[in-house]
Amino acid sequence: MEWLSRADRVELLRAMLMMRAIEARALVLYRQGRVPGSFYDGFGQEAVSVGAAFAMGPRDRLCPLHRDLGAHLVRGVDPVRILAQYLGRASGVTGGRDGNVHFGDPASGVMGMVSMLPDMMCVATGMAMAFKLRGEARVALSWFGDGATSRGDFHEAMNWAGVQRLPVVFVLENNQFAYSTPLAKQFAVGPVERARVYGFPGVSVDGNDVEAVFEAVRAARERALAGEGPTLVEAVTMRMHGHAAHDDMRYVPPELLAAWAGRDPIERQERRMAAQGVDVEALRAEVDEEVAAAAEEALAAPMPDPADAARDAFAHGEAEPLGDGRAPWSGFAGEPAVAHPAPEPTA
Amino acid sequence: MPAMTYLEAISDALREEMRADERVFAMGEDVGALGGAFKVTDGLVEEFGEARVIDTPLAEAAIVGTAVGAAVVGMRPVCEMQFADFVACGFDQLVNVAGKTHYRLGVAVPLVVRLPSGGGFSGGPFHSQSPEAWFMHAPGIKVLAPSTPADAKGLLIAAIRDPNPVVYLEHKHLYRRIKGEVPKGTYATPMTARVAREGTDLTVIAYGAMVHAALDATEDLDASVEVLDLRSLVPLDADAILASVAKTSKVLIVDEANETCAAGAQVAALIAERAFEQLDGPIRRVASPDVPIPFSPPLEQAVIPTVNRIRDACRDLLDY
Repeated sequence: MEWLSRADRVELLRAMLMMRAIEARALVLYRQGRVPGSFYDGFGQEAVSVGAAFAMGPRDRLCPLHRDLGAHLVRGVDPVRILAQYLGRASGVTGGRDGNVHFGDPASGVMGMVSMLPDMMCVATGMAMAFKLRGEARVALSWFGDGATSRGDFHEAMNWAGVQRLPVVFVLENNQFAYSTPLAKQFAVGPVERARVYGFPGVSVDGNDVEAVFEAVRAARERALAGEGPTLVEAVTMRMHGHAAHDDMRYVPPELLAAWAGRDPIERQERRMAAQGVDVEALRAEVDEEVAAAAEEALAAPMPDPADAARDAFAHGEAEPLGDGRAPWSGFAGEPAVAHPAPEPTA
Repeated sequence: MPAMTYLEAISDALREEMRADERVFAMGEDVGALGGAFKVTDGLVEEFGEARVIDTPLAEAAIVGTAVGAAVVGMRPVCEMQFADFVACGFDQLVNVAGKTHYRLGVAVPLVVRLPSGGGFSGGPFHSQSPEAWFMHAPGIKVLAPSTPADAKGLLIAAIRDPNPVVYLEHKHLYRRIKGEVPKGTYATPMTARVAREGTDLTVIAYGAMVHAALDATEDLDASVEVLDLRSLVPLDADAILASVAKTSKVLIVDEANETCAAGAQVAALIAERAFEQLDGPIRRVASPDVPIPFSPPLEQAVIPTVNRIRDACRDLLDY
C-alpha cells in the first residue's frame, strides 16, 4: 500500500532540508561566537526525526532529543523561534531559560528533553499510560540514542511499557557513537534484539531513508492503536558531526565517515523527488532563503530580561496540558484526529 | 468530626480526591491488592479499579518518570515510594525532569510523590531516612511534612490540587500512633506554618514527628514555650517564623533529618539574616548527627532527637 502521497514525500524532503539549513546556519553563528554555550546538531540524521514525527497524529505526543530538530519542524515550530532559541533570545522557544535543542513548544504536543538521555523514555511511557487509562486512541513516541540503552531508565521504561502493553513507540537513533564511545563498548547484545525479551517487537530500519523510517513508525503506531503494545524501532544512521561543535571526532575512522557520506538521507530523498519531476533545486533555494530571513529576524530579537531570571520555577493556577501539534501527513487529512475506536480502558 | 489516625487521614484524602477528580490516580509498588506496605492505599483498588490504582514494576525512576508523562497530558498522579529512602532511585526524574520543567518549558507538572519517611522503630539505614532537604535544594519542587491527621489530609489534598511536583513526607512513626479530629469531605490546608502551642519565652520550630517530640519536651517546662509546626518546607513560611521569633526572642530548631544543610539550617539562616536584632540568645539546633540512621534501639535513640535532648536544649536556651 502506498502511504505517502507525492506532496507528503516533498514535505519530508522539505523538513529535512529545513533542519539541515537551520543547523548549518546556527553552526556558523556558534563559530562567530553568537550562540552561547555549546552547539549540537543532527547532521546526517535528519531522516530519523523527520520520518518518525511525520507518522504521528495531532493528538499524539512526542519526546525528541538533541539530534531531532526535524520533529519540531514537522510539528509546526517556527524556524525564527528555533534560531532565537540557539541565540538565547527572549523570543526563543524557552525564552533563554534553556539552550540549543533543549526545548519543546507546549503548543506542538512536544515535551522538551533533558540531558539525561533515556529519561524521556519513562516520560513517554507515562503519557501512553494516561492515554490507555482514559481509553484514548493516542500514541506517545520517544527517541533515544545507543548510549542511552546502557542506563537504567531505558530498562525501566521498556519493561514497564511491555508489562502494561502501552501505546508507545521507542525510536532508537543508533548513530554509532555516544560521544566517543562506539557501539562495541556500549552493549554486548543489540538493543533491537532486547525488545523481544520485554515482550514486544524490535525492528531495524535504514535510518538514512526517511520513507523507511516513516513506514516503520507508521506501522508501530498502528500496532499501538490496535492495543498491541509498544514497538522498538531502531533507525541505523551515523552522526556525521562531532558530539558537539567543539568535538574534532578524532576517534572516528575517516573511511567510516566517507562511507556514510555517500548515504546522505537528504541527497537520497532529493534523487527520489527529482525522478518524480520535483524541482529540487528550487525547493532547496526556497528553504535556504527562508532560513536566512529567519536568522536575520532572530539576530534582531532582544535578549531576555535579567529581571525574569528568578521567576517561574513554580506554576500557578490551573495546570495546562500539552496542546495538539501539526500533523502534516496526508493520512490524517480529512480524517478525525482519532482514527481508531478507543481501546477499552484497563479494567 | 470523626477521629482518625494519621494514616487513615492520608487514605481519606486520597480516596476523597479520587472520588472528586477522575484525573487523580495512585501508583506505586504493591499499592493495589496489598494496599501498600503500610496500608495507606488499602481498599482503593476495590473502589477505583486497577486502572486508577496501579501496581507498578519495582522501578522508582519509572514511577516518577511516568508520573511526569501522565501529568503533562492532563492527569494528577499520586505516586508512592514504598519507603522515602527509595526515592534516591527516582531522584533524577524528580530533580531533573519534574522540577525543571515549568521553568524551562512553561509546562506545569502536577504530581505528588508520597514519601513514608522517618525513623524511630528500628527500620535501619534504608528504611528510616528523612530526605526532605534534598528536595528543598532542588528548584521547582514543593515539600510538605504534616504532623497531625487533619493536616495530613488537608495537605495531601492541597498537594494533589497543586500544579507543581510536590514531595509529601508522611512520617511512618506517626501513622498509627497519632490520632485526631479530621474534618469530613475535601479541604485543602494552606502550605503555611501552624502554631501548635502558643508561648512567649522560647520558640521551638519543628515539623513532622518532631512537632510531637517538641510538644512533649516542653509540656512541663517552667516557661511559656511556643511550638511552631512548619507543615511546609517549600514554600517556607518566613512570616510565621519571624513573627514567632519576634515574640519570644529565643529559638530552637529541631530536625529529625541529618544536621548538615537540613531544613532547620535554612530556617536558622533566615532568622540570622532577618531577625538578628530580635534575638536574645544564639539560634540553637537539635538534629540527627550526620550518620545513617542505625538499626539497634540504643543506637537509633542516640541519633534521632529525643524528648530529653530537646528538653535539655530548651533549658539551656531559657537559661541563656
